[in-house]
Amino acid sequence: MTAMDMFKRVPVREQEPQVRATNFEEVCLGYNKEEAEAEAQRCLTCKRPFCVEGCPVSINIPGFIARVKEGDVAGAYKIISESSSLPAICGRVCPQETQCEGKCVRGIKGDAVSIGKLERYVADTAKEMGIKPEVTVEKNGKKVAVIGSGPAGLTCAGDLAKLGYDVTIFEALHKAGGVLVYGIPEFRLPKDAVVEKEIENVKALGVKIELDCVIGKSTTVDALLKEEGFDAVFIGSGAGLPRFMHIPGEQSLGVFSANEYLTRSNLMQAFKDDSRTPIMRARKAVIVGGGNVAMDAARTALRLGAETHIVYRRSEEELPARREEVEHAKQEGIIFDLLTNPVEIHADENGWVKSITCVRMELGEPDASGRRSPVVIPGSEFEIECDAVIMSLGTSPNPLISSTTEGLDINRRQCIIADEETGKTTKEAVYAGGDAVTGAATVILAMGAGKAAAKGIHEYLSNL
Amino acid sequence: MFRILKKEQLAENIWLMDVEAPRIAKHALPGQFLIVRLDAEGERIPLTVCDYDPESGVVQIVFQVVGGETYRMAALEEGDSFHDIVGPLGRPSDLTELSIDELKKMKICFIAGGVGTAPVYCQLKWLKNNGVDVDCIQGARNSSLIILEDEMAAVSNLTVCTDDGSKGIKGNVCVALQQLLDEGREYDRVIAIGPMIMMKFVCQLTKQLGIETVVSMNPVMVDGTGMCGACRLTVGEDVKFACVDGPEFDGHLVNFDEAMKRMTLYKTEEGRLYLQAKEGATHHGGCGTCN
Repeated sequence: MTAMDMFKRVPVREQEPQVRATNFEEVCLGYNKEEAEAEAQRCLTCKRPFCVEGCPVSINIPGFIARVKEGDVAGAYKIISESSSLPAICGRVCPQETQCEGKCVRGIKGDAVSIGKLERYVADTAKEMGIKPEVTVEKNGKKVAVIGSGPAGLTCAGDLAKLGYDVTIFEALHKAGGVLVYGIPEFRLPKDAVVEKEIENVKALGVKIELDCVIGKSTTVDALLKEEGFDAVFIGSGAGLPRFMHIPGEQSLGVFSANEYLTRSNLMQAFKDDSRTPIMRARKAVIVGGGNVAMDAARTALRLGAETHIVYRRSEEELPARREEVEHAKQEGIIFDLLTNPVEIHADENGWVKSITCVRMELGEPDASGRRSPVVIPGSEFEIECDAVIMSLGTSPNPLISSTTEGLDINRRQCIIADEETGKTTKEAVYAGGDAVTGAATVILAMGAGKAAAKGIHEYLSNL
Repeated sequence: MFRILKKEQLAENIWLMDVEAPRIAKHALPGQFLIVRLDAEGERIPLTVCDYDPESGVVQIVFQVVGGETYRMAALEEGDSFHDIVGPLGRPSDLTELSIDELKKMKICFIAGGVGTAPVYCQLKWLKNNGVDVDCIQGARNSSLIILEDEMAAVSNLTVCTDDGSKGIKGNVCVALQQLLDEGREYDRVIAIGPMIMMKFVCQLTKQLGIETVVSMNPVMVDGTGMCGACRLTVGEDVKFACVDGPEFDGHLVNFDEAMKRMTLYKTEEGRLYLQAKEGATHHGGCGTCN
């Protein structure tokens, strides 16, 4: 590698856009040994590593990269495992550009070190080598219930198990993984090869998972504490009810929430020809929204054969989705109709979507979130012909748990109130974290919250 | 878990099963539903609860073969297990929130149609156990489709009607309701559970008559916990999710025409899967429901 090359990251191999647009195989192929070691060489092993500060779970990044340089994958995996239970997942879905890589000194003059791809390389290689996280824990006899098996719950459960707790995760769906299973598509996060393996690693720590159990319905938080002998409860129940626009025609056949569309395709595997769960294979689909979920829904619709449009009311700069997802979507041929907002959906005589009327927008003054708020350009109505509309506008919290738990307070946005440092809620022995607390956010932020809560629960139960 | 303890055929395409599901049996209340999955590749099927016993941990379900998945379900035998059962889902009937004194003062008429008989039985039994007497109209196309008649008669003042007159009053449930009212009975609430078209017509009638009416909606559903929004309905001015806001709603506010249209969303696809299940790989079109 020449000196100049040190400013550029080793490119990662990906499936060709035209090829991958028609399959559900993983888009990014990851680094091989040579590529990973070459990329690791670019790490400056800073004395004060800003990248670690940027990581919500504080992985010793220079430490594991140093092992990769030496070809010691097992050592690198051990270092990552001290902080993260789900490295194969994080290496794939974390927004590294705004976290670890966003802080990387290399990034000041050239490309940041490809920390995410290196993490993925370590996790995948360790898995191939059959390396499991080490467990030499003595049980302390205390029981903790974890509600939800998504990133927050798995992280919290894994950390508590490592501390000797007897942990049971309660999952509402028939498969563990939460958003990793129902939300993020196969082509971004393979289910059998990656998610299931990471969950097996958490189970290997002694964590039990009870599926098909909806807390708030099948039993309650209070019953877990009083009747089932749990000493503490962590609530990581995730986001919630999908939002709709409340525009005319939204009840037409062919209008879906992104949650429904993705759940059918991911959890129920409807993208496979032999699946018993139906999914609409649209001819032309309009996805409304600009977040990661919108990108996932759009790229799924595309793979199921649709000409796919993303309709977003602000400009490209404000797209909340990760840069990489937007780039991938564009490469695959998804059409971005930016500064555009739907106002009405039209249906044919049988009730099926036939088109959507939109208006053009322009950006006005910044709003409370700091983003410039879009304003309708008068008289700019136009129609997009389509047979499916997928609403990807975020979610509002699910009241299932908060409404059935005595003394658990929620804020004005209906999110559970919990301390950021410890996950402590307004109810004794009950902790919470992830989307149930923050509203829809990212996998890694949920993991960070799960980690903080595990620490909080440990302190609470140690001082009883 | 989820072992089938009893299986009984109630009518040509209607089956009853007792299934082990202790958490559901312990927490279920009338009006709630559950979701079953047959096997590891199974579709999530919402079903109403017919009965439950917290002591033995058994729930009773009744289902009608309407597609590929229920066709497969009917092939399960005693001793087999469901892969998954989750629940109880949805809100219990608001009757369960009233005091027994209040309930005893109410004049309620239940209307049960088809497999809707099962969830009505669940409510009738709960009321009977609490000493509340109510009337019930049970309707079907013909006598062979009248299910659980003895059980229903044991927990209510039962009036049966059939479209062809092969049992009870000749005519649909609206005819029967009108007849009871003409005989001088008075009701301050009707609770109708059955096919959407039946609930729609009951609501049209009771709206004219000014009788408050509750219906139980069974739209297309995936997760059943509020996550997917597939089950959304227009109720009055609002969009509601049947799984978390319902399944019971004020029948006079439900937009039935829209709900019935939304039920057809996967009809063609379901038909194809049903024929595939029934006829195996030999099915190659010509049925009108597949390509």
